[in-house]
Amino acid sequence: MAGSVNQTITPPRWLLAELTYSCPLQCPYCANPIDFASIKNELGTEDWLRVLTEARAMGAVQLGFSGGEPLTRQDLPVLVKHARQLGYFSNLITSGYGMTEAKIVELKEAGLDHIQVSIQSPEKTLNDELAGTESFEHKKEVARLVKKHGYPMVLCVVVHRKNIHQIREILEMATELGADYLEVANTQYYGWAHLNRDQLLPTKEQFEEAEAITQAYKETVKGKMKIYYVVPDFYEDRPKACMNGWGTTFLTIAPDGAALPCHSARELPGLVCPNVKDMSIYDIWHHSEAFNHFRGYEWMKEPCRSCPEKTKDFGGCHCQAYLLTGDMHNTDPACSLSPDRERVYEAIFKARNDSESGNVKPLVFRNPKNSKMLA
Amino acid sequence: MKIQHESVNMALDPTKILNFSPALRLQWEETQKKHVILYPEGIVELNVPSTEILKLCDGEHNAEQILVELEAKFNQTGLKNDIYGFLEVAIENGWIS
Repeated sequence: MAGSVNQTITPPRWLLAELTYSCPLQCPYCANPIDFASIKNELGTEDWLRVLTEARAMGAVQLGFSGGEPLTRQDLPVLVKHARQLGYFSNLITSGYGMTEAKIVELKEAGLDHIQVSIQSPEKTLNDELAGTESFEHKKEVARLVKKHGYPMVLCVVVHRKNIHQIREILEMATELGADYLEVANTQYYGWAHLNRDQLLPTKEQFEEAEAITQAYKETVKGKMKIYYVVPDFYEDRPKACMNGWGTTFLTIAPDGAALPCHSARELPGLVCPNVKDMSIYDIWHHSEAFNHFRGYEWMKEPCRSCPEKTKDFGGCHCQAYLLTGDMHNTDPACSLSPDRERVYEAIFKARNDSESGNVKPLVFRNPKNSKMLA
Repeated sequence: MKIQHESVNMALDPTKILNFSPALRLQWEETQKKHVILYPEGIVELNVPSTEILKLCDGEHNAEQILVELEAKFNQTGLKNDIYGFLEVAIENGWIS
């Protein structure tokens, strides 16, 4: 497939610019790769400007500046300004750490459209423990300042076994802070979250209770706050249509310039991700082996290949298939039709064992020291 | 012109001046040859009539005036249900107020 021009390839719509793997926080569910500390050679400003220009020309319009912590990049306002001139709708995905009111104003003037602030827990002690830094009060202050300066404010809380019992408080905190959008993101088990899965995966009862509370709350804030509830798929019967289909909509550029069809794709062994230093965005999107690898249905094994639902979920998530079965071409075991469905039950069983044992495993925090040790 | 919308029960005051939300953006996308609404985490693709209506939510027109202006522009009558229906959807979605 590599090298062929497929006329049915749709243009990218969303660009996720992971500007850096540097982060002052150490969240144990971080989606960055485990070996982030060994990935050097961050792209320079000129390369990023070119990436933004090329992706926009192809049709990308939603842009996320992410990381790591994107605020650690000194050239952020330059990139934001360029993005605005090109017509992107740009979002800063930040922990809030290192944000000041002056920076919020500067970025607004540069043309940033909205800011997403993450908070780990509505309770200071747990927030600071999960973040690995004392950051709670500052995050709340940043959320207020974002509102004050007229940005739509998106609050993001990643949910897992350590904070799922606080779901009511999470929702109330979002209201108190005046969030326009709340993303309640059940942890997706890739990267560091996969490593800490036994310690983070909630039970089915916990999931169901949290979901019911969130759905009921949604009704009460209709018209004031929009809640995005990101479902976990360990307790579902069918997998998610990952990335809306591989190489159809989403393009992630990692800090070193690696172009990824999804932000976890560099975990996949055998998938050679192209780099923006070597290829144009156009060639990456249309001609690279990585982006063509899971396009269409040819790559599928059974039971996906003959399944009528393949056009809906595209076989699910390839990173999850790899992490749970060792082969990225297998059906995502989040599907109950997967012959490897057992792997999901094992994961649930192990997590429950961990929570019920008197000897809970400690979380492995996402920091350069652990990254180097584990890589 | 035909506008597709879900049925909702949101009262529309036809005399109230309408504004497109300052938190969102309405823009032309060359690659899609369409106008879109951009908002945090989302894109809504618009057809031509919807775009024409939203462009008139400019802080100077109310629903009655939008109706008059578009019926004149498209040289058609009987657009009231379609236009008011779409405006109700737009209010419900927070695109205009």
